[in-house]
Formats: sequence, structure tokens, C-alpha cells
Amino acid sequence: MLQRLRPDRLGLMLTGSGLVALLWLPFAVFKSNRIVPGVPHALLEVLTTPAALACLAAWILVAAVALWSRHAGLRLGAALLGIILAAWAIAAACNALTPAGNPVVRVAPGSGFWLLLVSLALVATDAVTRLQPRPAQRVLLLALVVAALSGAFALGLFDNLSMMREYAVNAERFGRELRTHLLLALGSLAAALLVATPIGILCHRVPWLRAGILGALNFIQTIPAIALFGILMVPLAALAAASPTAAALGIQGIGAAPAVVALFLYSLLPIVANMVTGLGRVSPGAVLAARGMGMTAGQILARVELPLALPVILTGIRIVLVQNIGLVAIAALIGAGGLGAFIFQGIGQAAIDLVLLGTLPIIAISFGVAVLLDAFIETIDRVPR
Amino acid sequence: MITIDHVSKQYGATTVVDDVSMHIERNSICVIVGSSGSGKTTLLRMINRLVEPSRGRILIDGKDAALEPPHLLRRRIGYVIQGHGLFPHRSVADNIATVPRLLGWDATRIAARVTTLLEALDLEPANFAHKFPHQLSGGQQQRVGVARALAAEPALLLMDEPFGALDPIIRNKAQDDLLAIQRKFGTTVVLVTHDIDEAFRLGDRVAVMSAGRVLQSGRPAELLRAPADPLVARMIGTSDRALRLLSLTTAGEAALAGTAAGPEVAASASLREVLSELVWRGAEGATVLDAAGQPVGQLSVAVILARGRSA
Repeated sequence: MLQRLRPDRLGLMLTGSGLVALLWLPFAVFKSNRIVPGVPHALLEVLTTPAALACLAAWILVAAVALWSRHAGLRLGAALLGIILAAWAIAAACNALTPAGNPVVRVAPGSGFWLLLVSLALVATDAVTRLQPRPAQRVLLLALVVAALSGAFALGLFDNLSMMREYAVNAERFGRELRTHLLLALGSLAAALLVATPIGILCHRVPWLRAGILGALNFIQTIPAIALFGILMVPLAALAAASPTAAALGIQGIGAAPAVVALFLYSLLPIVANMVTGLGRVSPGAVLAARGMGMTAGQILARVELPLALPVILTGIRIVLVQNIGLVAIAALIGAGGLGAFIFQGIGQAAIDLVLLGTLPIIAISFGVAVLLDAFIETIDRVPR
Repeated sequence: MITIDHVSKQYGATTVVDDVSMHIERNSICVIVGSSGSGKTTLLRMINRLVEPSRGRILIDGKDAALEPPHLLRRRIGYVIQGHGLFPHRSVADNIATVPRLLGWDATRIAARVTTLLEALDLEPANFAHKFPHQLSGGQQQRVGVARALAAEPALLLMDEPFGALDPIIRNKAQDDLLAIQRKFGTTVVLVTHDIDEAFRLGDRVAVMSAGRVLQSGRPAELLRAPADPLVARMIGTSDRALRLLSLTTAGEAALAGTAAGPEVAASASLREVLSELVWRGAEGATVLDAAGQPVGQLSVAVILARGRSA
């Protein structure tokens, strides 16, 4: 009996942080314009009393489930309910605090809201881990979350949120920077794949080349991104000056060219290393049998070695893609564009909402890409290890 | 079928196969037996050119194997390795279809051939065709490996320690299956093993290899009666060579006319088995029955013992 009453450890910790968030930290922050320091407001000040009490009651229920329920599905449901309520509450708070027709006022989520959201998200993540969903179920869950968020944005539920006000001002530019961001991340990945695939195969076939090539790629990986952008400016600027063709192609010391080259260089190591690991994992018996049955070297590579190494190679591609989506943000510093442009502009103007407008989509895209690729890798990885 | 003509293989200063000459008859099973490092696997791999000979030539059906592109040569020759070497990412049916696809057979012909082979190897097609190798037992994987090697109807089948990874009971079954399949398809088989019992059990001819040389090659009875080399004698073992000799002849082959008062034995049983039965029952003679249960002759202890003598 006592055993049953002992609370879940994670639940206890997250209930604690949730309580701190609601009791002592501001739920929303009111700013009369985008750069002045804000006035903090607690939950009870920004919602009508019945609504606030209803929210509190619901969150206490969620905490109770997180503390004492061992049913993973129930825990996930409770956490999602808590998150939806938090989203509704912050939207309602923003609507309540924003005077009608005032475009200058900013109402931002306070630290209390963020801490509550993180606590609830951790309960949800923990529940998903305990549920051990199959790949298809994970993708479905992701699709539901994306659909819910898209619906909320389309309906304008969050239009009075400070971040969405920044978006409204920058809507057209946001679309452009998002496309640039994805283009830089995917383009450098594609170029790296074209180059890293033959290098990886070569490293697998010629063992004495392996240490040297992997060492060199490892060295590149240790150069900080900012430094690499800087280093690349010099030769690319020189190339543009020396060759009109290069300049006509848009190659210059700053902008997209050094960004793509740097991301390309960073992408090589994970792809080559995973290719070597993946090809090394292929059963020697299968390769010998393939040769013995009369496959040519190309057929062995295409029909036996690469398919068997594919899960490990895709893991490398997943690492690169998530890494690139994050690194492109820094490339905005050298004028490459992308969502990082909002981040640095926001930092420059001390406008934290603009920083969030750049940051949150990057986190969301990385997360989505990781979930999708992981599910895909698990689906094709039939070979037991 | 195959003529191995003064073939040698050297890696640097090391000679792995040393001036081997051999002839392998069509529709027979030739077993190359030797300890590890004897050069037997290298010799086998020179037949399908996974290893190129340093000197000498190998003729297959009178044609020099070196004149054909190796991958095309290999598609005409079945190849089975220890531990099966199945493709883990392909279903049983796709594994078996490998060489027919390389040869560009049409889908109907491939499907029919896959079904025929699965049935011939006691693997129910509806049950096994879509399974993946890791879902099969060791014995089933080995049979799929044989089916895959036979898929394109090769006249020649090379087997490198094909039963090495199997436990003894499954290995006996697999050896029986190989004999049955060899008779059914009339394939010429060259098989490499380190197991002298397996060699005598399967081989129409047995070649004993050591340190790259063939010490002796001949019918199992010849090797038992007259080992040409002390090493061959040691490998065969002298303590039970009379019984080994008896195990090479079946009751049907040795039977004389008439019937006997003792037990009834099957014509397919070996003389060793018949002798054991007679000793066990304390009988002097046995009646030999054919597969239909009809008497075809009789055997006495004296006749059996005469068969086990050195000359």
C-alpha cells in the first residue's frame, strides 16, 4: 500500500518546478513597446478568476497523474491536456492584456509560462518514452502535433502573442528566410553526400587511407563555425576577384557561398564515418557469396553493401541534417540569410521576441526532422544486430 | 568435366597450392579433404576464379576457365559457403532468385524455379518464400543457401565446408539431402571439408590435401585399402578402417542369391549396419529386401567379413 503511494520521482520534480512557476514567477509580461523592460503579471491577474481557478485545478490533476499513475498512456494524455491549457491560458492572457488596435504593445510569455511548459513537455516526453511507440505511431503523433499547431496559428489564436506580432510585421520575410534556411541546410547536405559517398567507399576499401582521411575530417570538425566562416571568406573573395565566372555564379567572400562551403565541410565527417562503419558491418559471408555468384563489383556495392549499410549511413545523414539546421543560424552572421537573420537582428535590437521568432522554428524543424528520420531508419533496419 | 592441370597459387613467398593436377568426372561428387591451411579452399576458389592461379590452368568442359570473364563464369557455377552467406536484407525467394535475375530470366520462370527448389529442399514455399534469413533455423538457412546455389541450374556446384556450422544431427540430414539432390539434378559437386567421415560419406572420389599438395586422390575404398602416404593413413585412422570400408558398400550391392534364416535388412543399408545387426541378434545371415519389401538376396557374416579385408 505504501509502495503504491510513493510518488514518481520525475513527477515529484516536475510538480515542484510547476508549482514554482505558477506561484513565484510571472506568467505573462506586458511591455508598452518591444524594447522596454516589461511589467510581470501572475496568472490570477491576467485571467478571470473562474478561468484561472479552472486552469489551476486541471494542472493539479495533471500533477496528481504525474505523481501517482504508472499508466504511460494516461500520463501522456494528462501532459498533453496540461500543455493545451497552458497554450490557451497564454493566448487568453495576451488577448486580455493587449488594448484593442494598439500595434506597439507587446505581451510576451513570462518565465513562469516557459517553466510550466517545459515541465509539462518533460512529462509528455517521458510518457512517450515509456510507451515505446512504433515508428509509424511516432510519425502519427508528430503529425497530430503539427496539425494542432498549424490549426491554432491559422485560427489566429496566438495573434496577440509578442512573437506572433513580430511575425505579422515580418511575414513575407519570414517565408523567404525559412526557404533560404532549408535550402542552405539541404543544399550543403546534398553536396556533401555527392562527395562523401565515394570517399566513404574508398575509406572502406583502402584501409590505409582511412585513418588519414578521417583524421583530416575530424580536424575540420574541431574548427568553430565562426572561425571557419572567417577562414573561408579570404579564398572565396580571392576566387571571386580572380574569376568573373565564379563571381557571376554568386561566389563571394560573404553570403551563401562561404556558408554552404563550411556546412559542406562539417557534413563530411559524420557521413564518411558512418559510411565506413556501415560498410564494415556488412557480413563478409554475404559479400563473398555475392562475388561467388557472379555479381560485378558495382552490383555488390549497389545490391548488397549499400542496402545493408543504409541504416547506419542514414543515421549519419540524420546527424548532419540536424547539425546543419542549427549551424545555418550562425551563417546569418556572414550575410547568408536564413532564420538566424531574425536572431541576430533581435539581439542587435534587444528584441527578445524577434530572437524567439528565429529560434523556435529552428528547434521545431530539427526536432521534426529527427523524429521522421529516426522512424524511417528503424523501419528499414530489418537486420538484427 | 573439370581438369585441374598443374595449378599452383603463391602469395609472395608462400605457396598455398603446389602443382595440383586432378580430373573430376561429370555427375560425381568429388570431396577435397584436409586440415585448415592445407590449401583446399584456395583450390576450390580457383575453379570459379575467386582466386586466380599463379600457374597452370583449369579446364571446365574442355574450355580454359581463364578465357571467360570471371563474373560470367561464376553465374554458371553454383557456390555454397560455410555459414550460408545469405543476404540478410532479402527474403528467401529473393535470395534464391539472385543468379536468375543476374542472368535476366523473366519473372514467371524465376518464380517457378524458386518454388521447385523450395519444394526439393523440404521448405514449404507458402511458408518460407517471404521469410527473411534471420527468421530461419541454421538448418533451414543452409538449405536456402543450397537452393540459391542451384537456382540457375548450374552443371557444377562448389561447396566450401557447407555443413560446418550445423550440429551433428542436422548435418547428417543435410548430407543425405545433398546426395538426393545431386542424384535428382545430376549436378557435378566439388566439396571441401576437414571432416574425413563426411568425405567418405559423400565422395565418389576423395582427394586428401596437405600443405598445398594432393597426397592421394581416388575412390574411398582405394584410399582405405591402400593409403599412399603415412599422413593419409593417419587421417583415415587405422583402428576402424575395416568398418569404414564396410560402410562404403550397401547390402544390395553385396547380396548373393537366395534367402537366409536371420533378420531382414534393407538393400540401402550399409554392410557396416548389417554386420552390427547380425552381431546384435546373434544371427549368421540376413535376407536383403528392396524398397518395395521384396527379397533380393541374402548376406552371411562370412561374405560381409570378406568385403572388409584389405585386399
